[in-house]
Amino acid sequence: MTAAATFSVRPATSVGAEPRGPKPRRLSIGRFGVYAFLVVSALFFLVPLYIMVVTSLKGMPEIRLGHLFNLPAEVTFQPWVDAWLHACTGRDCNGLSPGFLNSVKITVPSVVISIVCASINGYALTFWPYKGANLLFGLLVFGAFVPYQVVIYPLIIGLSSIGLFATLPGIIIVHTIFGMPILTLLFRNFYAALPVELFKAARVDGAGFWRVFFHIMLPMSVPITIVAVILQVTGIWNDFLFGVVFAGRSNWPMTVQLNNIVNTTTGVREYNVNMAATILTAAVPLAIYFISGRWFVRGITAGSVKG
Amino acid sequence: MQKSWTRRLNLIAIIGTLPMILVAVGVFVIGVGFSVLWSFTSSKLFPSYDFVGLAQYRRLWSDGRWLISVDNIWLFGLLSIGFNMVFGYLLAVFMDQRIRNEDLFRSVFLYPFAMSLIVTGLVWQWALDPNLGLQQALRNFGWQGFSFAPLVDSRTALYGLVVASIWQGSGVTMAILLAGLRGVDEEIWKAARVDGIPAWRTHLFIVAPMMKGAFATAFVLQCVSVVRVYDLVIAMTGGGPGIATTMPAVYVIQLITVRQNVGQGMAAATMMLLPILVVIAAMGLLRWRRSRAGRVAA
Amino acid sequence: MTVTTDSVAAVPSSVSIQDLSLSFGTVKVLESLDLDIKEGEFVVLLGPSGCGKSTLLNCIAGLLDISGGRIFIKGRNVTWEEPKDRGIGMVFQSYALYPQMSVEKNLSFGLRVAGTPKDEIARRIARAAEILQIEPLLDRKPAALSGGQRQRVAIGRALVRDVDVFLFDEPLSNLDAKLRSELRVEIKLLHRRLKNTMIYVTHDQIEAMTLADRIAVMRGGVIQQFDEPQVIYKKPVNRFVAGFLGSPGMNFLDGEIMLRGGQAAFVADAIDVPLTKYDFGPAGAKPGPAVLGIRPEHIAVNAGSDWPFEAVVPVEIVEPMGSDTIVWSRLGRQAVTMRVTAERSPKVGDRIGIGFDPINASLFDTDGNRL
Repeated sequence: MTAAATFSVRPATSVGAEPRGPKPRRLSIGRFGVYAFLVVSALFFLVPLYIMVVTSLKGMPEIRLGHLFNLPAEVTFQPWVDAWLHACTGRDCNGLSPGFLNSVKITVPSVVISIVCASINGYALTFWPYKGANLLFGLLVFGAFVPYQVVIYPLIIGLSSIGLFATLPGIIIVHTIFGMPILTLLFRNFYAALPVELFKAARVDGAGFWRVFFHIMLPMSVPITIVAVILQVTGIWNDFLFGVVFAGRSNWPMTVQLNNIVNTTTGVREYNVNMAATILTAAVPLAIYFISGRWFVRGITAGSVKG
Repeated sequence: MQKSWTRRLNLIAIIGTLPMILVAVGVFVIGVGFSVLWSFTSSKLFPSYDFVGLAQYRRLWSDGRWLISVDNIWLFGLLSIGFNMVFGYLLAVFMDQRIRNEDLFRSVFLYPFAMSLIVTGLVWQWALDPNLGLQQALRNFGWQGFSFAPLVDSRTALYGLVVASIWQGSGVTMAILLAGLRGVDEEIWKAARVDGIPAWRTHLFIVAPMMKGAFATAFVLQCVSVVRVYDLVIAMTGGGPGIATTMPAVYVIQLITVRQNVGQGMAAATMMLLPILVVIAAMGLLRWRRSRAGRVAA
Repeated sequence: MTVTTDSVAAVPSSVSIQDLSLSFGTVKVLESLDLDIKEGEFVVLLGPSGCGKSTLLNCIAGLLDISGGRIFIKGRNVTWEEPKDRGIGMVFQSYALYPQMSVEKNLSFGLRVAGTPKDEIARRIARAAEILQIEPLLDRKPAALSGGQRQRVAIGRALVRDVDVFLFDEPLSNLDAKLRSELRVEIKLLHRRLKNTMIYVTHDQIEAMTLADRIAVMRGGVIQQFDEPQVIYKKPVNRFVAGFLGSPGMNFLDGEIMLRGGQAAFVADAIDVPLTKYDFGPAGAKPGPAVLGIRPEHIAVNAGSDWPFEAVVPVEIVEPMGSDTIVWSRLGRQAVTMRVTAERSPKVGDRIGIGFDPINASLFDTDGNRL
């Protein structure tokens, strides 16, 4: 309950007369202002999406008329087909579909590995802290703030030396590395909030490190795992910098191909194809977002509760 | 007997967290260490160990491109973070007013976060297109003198980036601040209402100070993403027009790839690292002082 | 259904609630409540969790919008007024002190916002600080205060408002038992000194009994009984009220009222209590199933043989509590507890003689209402 700025009416006479029951709720200026602000803000956020969709369904002649906001006079899905199958992403002109496959090949293993590692990390840090564990965790969290550019070159050299630079395993390793700090933080906070009696009871029953993890902690980790999956899938799918540096030309994710389609094409710019391509690239995380709704919010706010 | 048990189990824990050890030490300590190391060498494309002292830093600070990058990141950071925090706070305050369809509004405010910065940059690049974007559309509506194509002019291109950044990030700030707002004890609101304190004063003078943690979190997240801003620049302006919107992040990548000057690039990267170190040290100091003071209080 | 006592004196009412109802959607939280509180009275709203006592207090304060009825404070209809215009001060369970401000600022913030002149603010703070003995704390922040000190500051914040009615929403529930009893006494002394009307919400019947001039026992959004503590204790109006007050609780014995030649008696297995001396209500002695309630302290143990009802019972459990001992026994098949001083505790397995006078008892029909 918060104090919305309602203006109440003082009764004309005080003694025992009119006011009874609930206060008359008029749409006061304050309330109207609140909705006005929110609606205008919502429009600000929605306009780019609208433009994306509308542009992607128009033919080029209509776009050249310059009426950005008009609905398409003639709806055409050709730009979408072109974006998916024919657009030129540098040397090849096979559209985004190879990129989509690459994104999947990158995202799925990266998400799985980084979450497995982070959950074990969080578990060990909470229940089996060894000497120096908290220092290591501190370093990890420090790593979350380090700008990528500071470690990108050493990573390039490091991966080259083991022959994994510009390969699929290489980019997966990179995503695991950079996902670890936040995810470990998430899992650690989650496990730290569980009743420690669960752990103690299992230990009294004779269970060791792995058994407690697999039989007790993991089954209880479903909520936080969902949050972690959402965060990682979104983050990795949307990544550009690591993809363009570490994945190798044949493994470029959708985001890299998208940028190539739009920004490095010579000749006529096909704005409708460009917009269709952006929608296709944004489709997967957006879908996850709209389906998971509350979990997404939980992910952001959970990650923000810093230990 | 007890000791060997615990030692054996801790060994398993160490093995289980091997990836964390490798990453924390291998990447964030050794990796960072090497970056700093190579900034003192004359490395070109591959690392060399020919040490040249502070020469790379001198070259760095006399490079016009770097100086513009630094200016840009400060201006971009200030505007972007500033507007983001204010807008995010206002959104959070209004969202907390028991409005109808709160979930719907929240979905709308947060969805930009689910989109890649590349997507964001490209969409806004299109929207701000001088010939066929917003500017032209509004002129066609009859508003002849309307001009809003910041990306073309090197003096205003940065502001276009700021707008896109606000669009992308305000929702997250709102989500964090709203969570902080809702964590405030309801009875504080009641007490302020009984005291006759108007809502806006309660927000600013009583509740906002109670949300320090949420503000700090949102602020830090903003700072981190501003320093990292690479994807957005590449997509929206490519660093241009010319070098008008180049940022340190872009500069470093260019140096180690296209310009084949790793030594100078690492110097730039180390410069990027310094403010982060200062902030972390400051936060650590604050926390240490607060925990000492906390032991004195009842 | 509400039960109120007749206002004997012509003392003007300080707070008056008429036909108050509150619903959240389809859920009726408070239903047609009437309550008349005299000026300077200390009224306690007592009841279990969820009975609506805090809700009622919030309605009086103006923090909740009511669905029907009217609220008067000092003769003024305040039903639509904001809390700040109702002439009330409020103390909350979690103190709700503004954490970033010093005690002095906490006390003065509301006054400053209202534009009170500085010297008036200083005067009121000095007075409140002196009454509550918080002068040395004025520069401290709430985090640096103990629980008891925080609660005093919270009371101070209500004091400086210079109002007629003070509202307390379970102010002692967050404190440990020892602090609770200390502050209880302080609140009683405060009331004696200030003589303001005070409305106090609690679920602790000891607080209610010790502090109140009158108690309103609530259940399910309805006031069960509104009367002086001793009256409620001796003559509870229904079974719920009877069981809620008193610790250890009242004994309830199932049985039947029978009329034998014009004389009523309460009869059950191994129980036969003549009811000649019992003070029946207007309905009189209705034959049929009934419940007899008798408090443990009203059952005499091994104390002579002049009681209208006597029996010999086995001792099953003995609970020593320090000064007293609770003895658990059985009348027929029904459990019964009684209270003896520690020196006279029997041993488990002993057979003891007990007796009581039905004038101390309460009879309830099958609906729980007092007969």
